[in-house]
Amino acid sequence: MPKQTPLYDRHAAKGAKFVDFAGWDMPIAYGSQLDEHHAVREKAGVFDVSHMTAVDIEGAEAVAFMRKLLANDVAKLKKPGKALYTCMLQEDGGIIDDLICYRMRDDWFRVVVNAGTTDKDVAWMQQQVEGFDAAVTARPELCILAVQGPFAREICDPLLGKAAEAAAELKPFTAVAEGPWFVGRTGYTGEDGFEIITDAEHALKLWGGLMDAHVVPIGLGARDTLRLEAGMNLYGQDMDESVSPLACGLEWTVSMADETRDFNGRAALEAQKAAGDAPVFIGVVLEGRGVMRAHQKVLAESGDGELTSGGFSPTMQASIGLARLPPGELGKVTVEIRGREVPARVVTPPFVRNGDVLV
Amino acid sequence: MSEAPDNLKYAESHEWVQVDDGVATIGISDHAQDALGDLVFVEVPEVGATFDAGDAAAVVESVKAASDVYSPVSGEVIAVNEALADAPELINDEPYGEGWIMRIRMTDDDELDNLMDAEAYAARVTDDD
Repeated sequence: MPKQTPLYDRHAAKGAKFVDFAGWDMPIAYGSQLDEHHAVREKAGVFDVSHMTAVDIEGAEAVAFMRKLLANDVAKLKKPGKALYTCMLQEDGGIIDDLICYRMRDDWFRVVVNAGTTDKDVAWMQQQVEGFDAAVTARPELCILAVQGPFAREICDPLLGKAAEAAAELKPFTAVAEGPWFVGRTGYTGEDGFEIITDAEHALKLWGGLMDAHVVPIGLGARDTLRLEAGMNLYGQDMDESVSPLACGLEWTVSMADETRDFNGRAALEAQKAAGDAPVFIGVVLEGRGVMRAHQKVLAESGDGELTSGGFSPTMQASIGLARLPPGELGKVTVEIRGREVPARVVTPPFVRNGDVLV
Repeated sequence: MSEAPDNLKYAESHEWVQVDDGVATIGISDHAQDALGDLVFVEVPEVGATFDAGDAAAVVESVKAASDVYSPVSGEVIAVNEALADAPELINDEPYGEGWIMRIRMTDDDELDNLMDAEAYAARVTDDD
């Protein structure tokens, strides 16, 4: 029996089509996925991502623990509420999960982990925290609503009760916790907006307020095209435990600066860097007709690679993708689509940010 | 609830056929377009191509996935819907009208007997849901 979020009935009432995603019955789309995509780029949309899980790390040695656990360095987060994007690595450098980490206080971090990896993530963190004066607590009872788009923040503001004032002041990649509300100015779309973590009761109220304000509900279908345009990786597709951050465009999230920081996976990543043979990870825009899909073969001078993500960009009206290829000079790149070799242009993601095409 | 007009015949693989003077106009059903979601690319066959019933003849790609369109009848393609190149959404908007895909001059009228009428197709689709 698939799990349902507390907002399931609200989705059904909006005509959602549901799909099984990591054991959850989630809306794939409510009507036209393209219309939902454009609504986020042009106005505002709301995503129920309560299938993802908030995990709290609390204790006197929380900082030391997070500096060991994560490939990015929470020491960079100087002010309370600052957040960063990071991978959580195995010792061999393979990615256990990618996550957003909010440093709320020196003794309280909150991370949000993927739905499909929640159980293994929490088990890993529980195991790793041994020896630190800190505790790991999953908060599956909390709902998460992402409100994204150029008008998202101003629409949310009157709906956030006691947190409204502080939320209005939030800088990008910063969060505030106030009463039942945890509001982060983060997201997975390449647009401005909030990710709001709260209990079911307040999530239902917020959802109602957003519907009254004509904010469009967005399914997982448009969530995928939005994140792909934003050049953001999807765990389980662009990376997994067999892939290091160096092989999926996430080297920028690995902080080697403090040489004394012995984070999980560091030695493996240093060896990979020294070897210099990590695959290249690129963005591609299809120049011919068709739609690229994940796992299609990509042909380049350096050898054959694979699309890790591919799809149609509603903003660009073209097919875009992310691909992993052997290192070296790529030369002309083509993608094998259903038996045809179609030329593609190599670009550096993101493809779209804040409504503008960048490639 | 998807529509299935009475005057058409339907294939198991969700194509519809309208026959007029030995020429079959072919498209995909309302149920099929709804299941696929927003269409973003259609690859139509070349005029002059010949197919046996059941051959993959066209490709429709939605935001979600690519799907073959099988010719429900044997014969030669005598026309394709050129408008789909710029407006694949015609299939979503009017699957039985402006969203037609191709016209085939049939070589065997008896093949129509292998297809479902609207009532049978509607029942088949209900089983799906």
